[in-house]
Amino acid sequence: MGRGPSAFNIVSVVLGLAFLYAPIVILVVYSFNASRLVTVWGGFSTRWYAALFQDRQMLDAIWVTLRVGVLSATIATVLGVIAALALVRGGFRGRLALAGGIYATLVMPEVILGLSLLLLFVAAGLPRGFWTVTLSHATLTLAYATVVVQARLRSFDVGLEEAAQDLGCPPWKAFVLVTLPVIAPAVAAAWMLAFTLSLDDLVIASFTSGPGATTLPMRLYSQVRLGVDPKINAVSTLLIGLVATGVIAVYLVQQRDERHKRLGLGHT
Amino acid sequence: MSGRPQIGGARQTFAPWDDPAARPLVRFEGVSKGFDGAVAVDDVSLSIYEREFFALLGPSGCGKTTLMRLLAGFETPDAGRILLEGRDLGPEPPHRRPVHMMFQAYALFPHLSVAENIAFGLKRQGVARAEIAARIEEMLALVKLEGLGRRRPDQLSGGQRQRVALARALAPRPRILLLDEPMAALDKKLREETQFELMALQQTLGTTFMIVTHDQDEAMVVADRIAVMREGRIVQVGRPVEIYEAPADRYVAGFVGDVNLFEGRIAACEGPLIRLATDDGALDAEGAGVVGDAAWLAVRPEKVAVHTEPPADGRNRLAGTVLDYGYLGDWTTYLVETRPGRTIRAARANATRTLLRPLGCGDPVWLTFAPSSAVVLTK
Repeated sequence: MGRGPSAFNIVSVVLGLAFLYAPIVILVVYSFNASRLVTVWGGFSTRWYAALFQDRQMLDAIWVTLRVGVLSATIATVLGVIAALALVRGGFRGRLALAGGIYATLVMPEVILGLSLLLLFVAAGLPRGFWTVTLSHATLTLAYATVVVQARLRSFDVGLEEAAQDLGCPPWKAFVLVTLPVIAPAVAAAWMLAFTLSLDDLVIASFTSGPGATTLPMRLYSQVRLGVDPKINAVSTLLIGLVATGVIAVYLVQQRDERHKRLGLGHT
Repeated sequence: MSGRPQIGGARQTFAPWDDPAARPLVRFEGVSKGFDGAVAVDDVSLSIYEREFFALLGPSGCGKTTLMRLLAGFETPDAGRILLEGRDLGPEPPHRRPVHMMFQAYALFPHLSVAENIAFGLKRQGVARAEIAARIEEMLALVKLEGLGRRRPDQLSGGQRQRVALARALAPRPRILLLDEPMAALDKKLREETQFELMALQQTLGTTFMIVTHDQDEAMVVADRIAVMREGRIVQVGRPVEIYEAPADRYVAGFVGDVNLFEGRIAACEGPLIRLATDDGALDAEGAGVVGDAAWLAVRPEKVAVHTEPPADGRNRLAGTVLDYGYLGDWTTYLVETRPGRTIRAARANATRTLLRPLGCGDPVWLTFAPSSAVVLTK
């Protein structure tokens, strides 16, 4: 294995990465452009970041998005852990149907999900706003959270919970004191995944949001239609930074967990 | 054990099961348990006494682990009751039973240190902090893991993890400790050492131990009494020497150690001796039976003497040729063919360094065994 990558390998990797990341790099670079014109480089500046923090509407949108993200990710993770427990441990009839029902939302077109949620809220007479977006995002991300937690629970040794019960824990306490800490990395990963998904969502938010609850992707989209403002580059850069941090954190947490498992903690 | 000769009785002073006034610590009364129609435990009644080291022995799938899990509370009996000190354990969930278990794969909590693992049960009991710290030290010393309290389970060797699991289960002072194949994951050398340490530990603490194992040697070494299980039923309960020397039936005789069986009919009963008419001639052994019944004579290979010269006339004499032999270091086992298709095992201790082997394949030999060394089985 002493040979390095061939010229062909290098070219394909460079081209692949360029294809994926060139637009993002351009966006990030131009967020530091001093010029008002998006296509003309006028020197390095952070003025658009400063301007961004003056923009009341943009700040509101960021604040709404973060709140929706945190809340919906938390709801989705809690429900996801419960659903994963039922799917992995439950010996009840219709478990396959439940699994199918949960996974269906993974492949359901977002437009349809958004539309159906909108119809539901209208039928139920709920005023659309912050809570409807939050609930809709929890619906969207629940399936992802369930999949992540379920994968970890499958390899979890039930003997650990039995040991905890044997040593004096009622079942719920065995779960809290042993199962939850052991699967915590997967639960954290599920939360971050749900949060990131909520952060990017435009389609479902467009359907289910109402006045006073404009999320950042909605704000960006409506602004871009009026012409690209360099502030958008700045806020997008921040968004990319946040999402990238989340993805990298999930990756690191899962790596650590894998390493722990590989070391073999007395269970297979 | 009425009707059977008492064996090795002089050395045994601890025998509460022979005392009709003794109250058992744990009592299984007609316990049955099935899974999806298959019977795992079938009408088991069993008493285990305070301070006893009790072994459940049987092949995998015989229901021994299920019986243990029933006592721990992880399974509920379909029929029968389990009593602890006369109290029905039926309604009590696992976390309220003063019964702790050492799991086969140890089930150590990977997110807690060794000390925290040991403290886990104590914290649930609400033991005071200072007391917990003292008990952790005591337990670490007991299992010879001093100074390793801050390690995580993944930083320990297999043998050390096994000790932590033992310390964790013992720390809350259970009324009975259940050990599920505790040495299955250890290599042979370590297993033997651990067996003796476990016995010493049990003696020191005076805790009642119940071990589940498929390894007959392990059960013989550690246990005061052994229950041999087969297909959910208990075939025989007794001290190791009783199980080995006076097996209840052919299954026990064959499962615990090697055995030669001779099938035949009871021809005569003369006091403690029975004469059996077999295809290998008339053979004598100890036992009880009715003339005319089918029976089997069982004799262990090490009780069959191998002679190179024809022995003086006597009972239980068979002539044959050495078909094969296995040299085990301490023992040599000979496979002797007495007639076409009939082989008998005989084992000889290698008491001297016989580098020039005195017996080889094809050599003519004579086998004898004393009637008191063999036993007649009617099942």
